[in-house]
Amino acid sequence: MALLEIKDLCISFGGLQAVQNFSISIEQNQLYGLIGPNGAGKTTVFNLLTGVYKPTSGSITLDGQGISGKSPMEINKSGIARTYQNIRLFSNMSVLDNVKVGLHNQIKYSAFSGIFRLPSYWKQEKLMNERALKLLKVFDLEHQSKNLSCNLPYGKQRKLEIVRALATNPKLLLLDEPAAGMNPNETAELMNTIKFIRDEFNIAILLIEHDMRLVSGICEQVAVLNFGSELTHGNTNEVLKDPRVITAYLGE
Amino acid sequence: MRKLFLKSIKSSTRNKFSTYIMVIAFFSIAAILVEAGILGSLFKGLLVPMCYYIILAVSLNLTVGILGELSLGHAGFMCVGAYVGGVFSILTKDIITSALIRFPLALVVGGLAAGLFGILIGIPILRLKGDYLAIVTLAFGEIIKKLVQNIYIIKDVTGFHFSFATSIDTSTIDSESKQVILNGPMSISGIPKNANIVIGVILVLITLFVIMNLVDSRSGRAFMAIRDNRIVAEGIGINITKYKLIVFSFSAFFAGVAGSLFAHFSTVDPTKFDYNLSILILVFVVLGGIGNIRGSVIAAVILYALPELLRSFQNYRMLIYAIVLIVMMILNNNEKFLRFKERFTFKRLFAKKHAKEDA
Amino acid sequence: MSFLNYLISGLSLGSIYALIALGYTMVYGIAKMLNFAHGDIIMVGGFTVFTAISSFQFSPAISIITGIIVCTVLGVVIEKVAYKPLRNASSLSVLITAIGVSYLLQNLALLIFGSSSQNFSSVVTMKPWQINKQLVISGETIVTIIVTTAIMIALTLFVNKSKPGKAMLAVSEDKGAAQLMGINVNKTISVTFAIGSALAAVAGILLCSLYPQINAYTGQMPGIKAFIAAVLGGIGSIPGAMIGGILLGIIENLSKAYISTQLADAISFAVLIIVLIIKPTGILGKKITEKV
Repeated sequence: MALLEIKDLCISFGGLQAVQNFSISIEQNQLYGLIGPNGAGKTTVFNLLTGVYKPTSGSITLDGQGISGKSPMEINKSGIARTYQNIRLFSNMSVLDNVKVGLHNQIKYSAFSGIFRLPSYWKQEKLMNERALKLLKVFDLEHQSKNLSCNLPYGKQRKLEIVRALATNPKLLLLDEPAAGMNPNETAELMNTIKFIRDEFNIAILLIEHDMRLVSGICEQVAVLNFGSELTHGNTNEVLKDPRVITAYLGE
Repeated sequence: MRKLFLKSIKSSTRNKFSTYIMVIAFFSIAAILVEAGILGSLFKGLLVPMCYYIILAVSLNLTVGILGELSLGHAGFMCVGAYVGGVFSILTKDIITSALIRFPLALVVGGLAAGLFGILIGIPILRLKGDYLAIVTLAFGEIIKKLVQNIYIIKDVTGFHFSFATSIDTSTIDSESKQVILNGPMSISGIPKNANIVIGVILVLITLFVIMNLVDSRSGRAFMAIRDNRIVAEGIGINITKYKLIVFSFSAFFAGVAGSLFAHFSTVDPTKFDYNLSILILVFVVLGGIGNIRGSVIAAVILYALPELLRSFQNYRMLIYAIVLIVMMILNNNEKFLRFKERFTFKRLFAKKHAKEDA
Repeated sequence: MSFLNYLISGLSLGSIYALIALGYTMVYGIAKMLNFAHGDIIMVGGFTVFTAISSFQFSPAISIITGIIVCTVLGVVIEKVAYKPLRNASSLSVLITAIGVSYLLQNLALLIFGSSSQNFSSVVTMKPWQINKQLVISGETIVTIIVTTAIMIALTLFVNKSKPGKAMLAVSEDKGAAQLMGINVNKTISVTFAIGSALAAVAGILLCSLYPQINAYTGQMPGIKAFIAAVLGGIGSIPGAMIGGILLGIIENLSKAYISTQLADAISFAVLIIVLIIKPTGILGKKITEKV
């Protein structure tokens, strides 16, 4: 059974059909690309998947469980985490605390134990620190754990956003233009990182990207959106050769 | 890794302890100086108010600085605490004769009542943000003030007589056993004045302990995540409603405790709990540093004491206060001034000295 | 008194709120700040006219003009000195500064005029209008309603038709883009403060004529009420401020007449809360969609 099943997803904003009849399915452990010209509705699909927008019609099923119409909090708890097109960190918090917020539902203790410093506070807080630092180390961020996240350089902020999403222990990770603003070397490094995440954490990844080298380099499947509706989807190499896709990007 | 963990715990603990010690040291020295007659009776009268202003500022900072929601109705919660705590003390005066038991209970009851109000008001306004939230909290504060000014309660042998908006017809009341508890705009009379500086300082320490530990915990990180970006916080699985209500209730609870302390110290005048008081507390929070708990303590002490000590300048003191307020806000947002300030902090001077020695 | 009487006096009080609320809402739209000192401009306007008449024996017309000029200049100066340096600061810093300005104006007035209320002699010389035995409308009420209506029409035309008015709309929509289109943002903000303060001066004079007393705190409560009115109508919206102000004045007067004088303010505040719970951005406020 597929991990994520999207069927006939539609949303309209006051008459404007932003996404219509979008259907794809993503397997466990798959690297899936979502491409299309600017304004095609890619980020809107992410917002529908994470519950920021409620779909007008259609269904989203994650691991056999219907999640469309649920709140962003519930959807995250059932296993979808994301990053944002414009980096959105908790900028007045430290790098470590950004990750610890991500661990919020993984390692718990009550507000009461927190106030009175009960044993569960010490135990869980230690566990949280260990888990967070381990994650940061994977992405080579552990030396900056005390810095304010807004003081990190751009590339590391992107990485931290991924770490924070991974901390919520997702089954599916959504990356919104992870290579935006990166030079070719950084993009090459990012491709390795994305593959590494998939293998290390054993999760599926759906990514929006304009850099076709990245898409063709790592995505096994790809779906193309144009004016809110799906142009085609399938095997990456075949889709990228499809003349309809080339027209959508370059015009007639 | 373990080391890093211990280190981070140590630095936050050190920070908290230095705040506790600062509070204890300040009030001990002040009390000694007052006893020794060096500081006059004017200053003596300021010590307990300083305590409730600290509690008010610290609890408001939780809402404004840590959660990032602007509230202009803090005085309303103080009002609830003052009335409920005060009435509790009057009613139980004959049942619980020991002030040592009755007064702490009155503080808790006042706080709980205010905390309950915090939740009741919090639920409908969860959707509101920013300036809209500010104006609604202001409105709630004013409504509370107006409502308590219209409650009349008289007790006699036959029991309690309540009335709202119109005073009670005294002909129906047994004049022998009559005890006026709430008399509308005339407010409460007969609250035992149990407050003193020791209890005040203990309350300040308890407030600091609870709020600083709460902020430095899993819940506190959730509050700050909501402040920095609500949408992202929700997207990583944080229950916004729950954590907002936790903050509203804690913030209101401590404002209620401060109100109850106030009611057992001076006369309760309902017109005192207006939006000007809420704004005064907000000024403490902003000048002490948004989100900086220790800053709120220091700002509350200095900014409360300053105009009081300037009483000899009568007419000019509030004028000076206003100008100080404007100048400080402008300087704090002036890049040149901030750079200048940075150059002359102790840390920098100290660091330079070291650098020279190393060379 | 009859229902109609209460309604008409509510309408005149509401028109004054609307005039003040217009200043709040225009400044909020353009500078995105809550100008807490706006209410105190009313008081300054009132005191200027009071002094002009009682100390300098100016005629009412010249006094009114003096009052409007003083407030206009004051509004622009306050913006330049206190708010402009904070253009990029947090909204909370600006709020506190505005509160500081409000304290400053109140305490200056206390120093100059003392703490007791002064008797303000109405600038309106019109005779009351007796419609029938029950219904008498005072000259002040008539003048207030006429003046406010005229100002509202003029302001609407100014904002929608004139060049500086359109510049105001553009700046409130997007400051950066307006600047790129060659609009002088600083000048536009000054114009906004000038208009807002002039309206507050008119409101102050009308208010003091209706309720002929003045002291340093005269502007405080009407200021807050107008603020509430602006939010009720949808802050940033000019027609919203008009509707909000008039609605609030009528609600206040009717609750004073039929429910309780004591609770009238509480009822006005409660109406605001209920409206905002149902429609979080006020009656005519734009729905804000959060960008993700």
